[in-house]
Amino acid sequence: MPLEATTTVPRKVRARGAFRRGAPAWHRLVEAGIKLVAAAAIAAILLIFAFIVKESLPILFDAVVRREVTLSKMWLPQRWDGAAARWSWQPASELPKYSIAPLVVGSLKITLVALAISAPLGILAAIFTASIAPRRLREVLKPVIELLAGVPSVVLGVFALIVLGTWLQRAFGFEHRLNAMLAGAALSMTIVPLIFTLAEDALSAVPRAFVDASLALGATKMHTVLRVVVPAAVPGIAAGVVLGFGRAIGETMIVVIASGNAALLDASLGHSARTITATIAQEMGEAVNGSPHYVVLFVLGATLLVFTLATNLVAQRIVERFRAQRGGS
Amino acid sequence: MIAATERGLGGSPTSRPVRASQGRVAGKAADSVLLVASAAAVVIIVLMLMVVLGDALVHGASTLSLGFLTEAPRGGMLAGGVGPAIFGTAALTIVMTVAVVPVGVLTAIYLAEYAAEASWLARVVRLSVANLAGVPSIVFGLFGLGFFVQAVGRGIDRVAFGGQVTYGQPSLVWAALTLAILTLPVVIVATEEALRAVPRSMRDASLALGATKLQTTFGVVVPQALGGILTGAILAVSRGAGEVAPILFTGAAFFLPELPTHLNDQFMHLGYHVYVLATQSPDVDRTKPILYGSVLVLLGLTFALNAVAIVIRARTRQGAAARN
Repeated sequence: MPLEATTTVPRKVRARGAFRRGAPAWHRLVEAGIKLVAAAAIAAILLIFAFIVKESLPILFDAVVRREVTLSKMWLPQRWDGAAARWSWQPASELPKYSIAPLVVGSLKITLVALAISAPLGILAAIFTASIAPRRLREVLKPVIELLAGVPSVVLGVFALIVLGTWLQRAFGFEHRLNAMLAGAALSMTIVPLIFTLAEDALSAVPRAFVDASLALGATKMHTVLRVVVPAAVPGIAAGVVLGFGRAIGETMIVVIASGNAALLDASLGHSARTITATIAQEMGEAVNGSPHYVVLFVLGATLLVFTLATNLVAQRIVERFRAQRGGS
Repeated sequence: MIAATERGLGGSPTSRPVRASQGRVAGKAADSVLLVASAAAVVIIVLMLMVVLGDALVHGASTLSLGFLTEAPRGGMLAGGVGPAIFGTAALTIVMTVAVVPVGVLTAIYLAEYAAEASWLARVVRLSVANLAGVPSIVFGLFGLGFFVQAVGRGIDRVAFGGQVTYGQPSLVWAALTLAILTLPVVIVATEEALRAVPRSMRDASLALGATKLQTTFGVVVPQALGGILTGAILAVSRGAGEVAPILFTGAAFFLPELPTHLNDQFMHLGYHVYVLATQSPDVDRTKPILYGSVLVLLGLTFALNAVAIVIRARTRQGAAARN
């Protein structure tokens, strides 16, 4: 019954349908099955959330785990061996240290480098493609730039490790070949196509009438692009940058290969950095099932999951509000 | 490229006289800054792509041979080929495709053909798909380990194998199912787009001839959208073949003497092979030819799939535009 109510069939056709023999019962059964399968996506995201949280919970409730690590030990500076309070990630030492701070700083450093490169590049390229390039060039540029998104991240990691690392070291004189700057630069190559695609979509969606009105009032083409088209597309562009941020924080293989993976707590881009993702990737293989280390790695995963879902929701909210405004105007 | 652009600009009839009458030099300068900066951004991005591909081609091409594609690695990964890794990648993506395509296509059919735009279920499904696409790939790896290997696999072992470890370990089937969930949004989005591109008149004609909704959907709409559905499947395969983080703990192996023959076997994988060669090689210079050879094979595989998908999609879009 609910299925019938939601069909897109025009009312008249449906009414006439009542005169012919109704669809066989098994059609209804198949349609109910389709609806059930559609719920699989909901089940998937719920299961992911449930299981990451479930494996992290011992940090709150398991006495053995809590003797070694708690949430406050992960976030607050600790005094080890009577030394001054500090944050330290050394899970394999005699006295395991699980401070998340160096990993968060490492992730943020690399992500900000990646965004600082990919946001201007992606947005400018989108402006060129959507508003300046002639149509034929545009039809070539879009798929070519989107091809960059299809390059597997391990391949970009290897490129950073072998080629880009040498270039950047020569250009900036870094002491260490593998560092936050290199990882961020390599990472920007996967974020650029994402921001480009979303920004391009937003710019192309700006109504033609806006452009015509501006030109008719005597504005130049470029003035129109900068003062009319881009402002109208800002929410879509912003959503793209937010999504790019989430994607960059969650990227794993590039940073594992190119960041050097030393868990240092400093702001230098020339130093090696260790991210949350790379830590999970490198340490889960050695962590004993159910051990404090294993639980801590799942806590890292849960932190990452909550963070990326939040950025996703923010991006969706921006787009929705934008759509509501547009609909109202 | 820039010359073509300027021609495009000159074609806009209103800009020139107005600009001249205003005589604003500063405005002109700002105009050209934007033009140059945005064109430069495009050039830089295209260069990035060409440098990465060119680097892999230049360094990897000499390694490629029939032997490299079929042989197993030898001599501590310093010689031999990537045969088992290609086999493992293929086996993994086939199992993944079998799992993800039916679920993804049926979900898209629900969203495009059955659900009302404002229906509660459709909105929650859309929200889930959008969020699923944002989950980091390493979290999928953790999920695969916690859910498929530990919960489902151990559960099967307890019930069917008397507690003997059979499915409760990282293996091909769990890695494939993990990737299936990761690629689910790709299939759903591409398929829904393809279904929506089928003109309304086709559905109306079919219904008017007395076909039921289900007959119309599977007899008329789905066949029309087959190109787009295929695109989604290809993009999912390409994405799945290139992802490494989700399979790290769910079944990929460093080296195996034999090819996987069962769903609960571990497997070698091209992307994982590249990762291992890049990070754990005792002798970087001697590994380099093999490393680049593997990169080129992986790139060739994912890239070819992507290119095909993009061409099909462009055709489908043009076709839809022409019809409407």
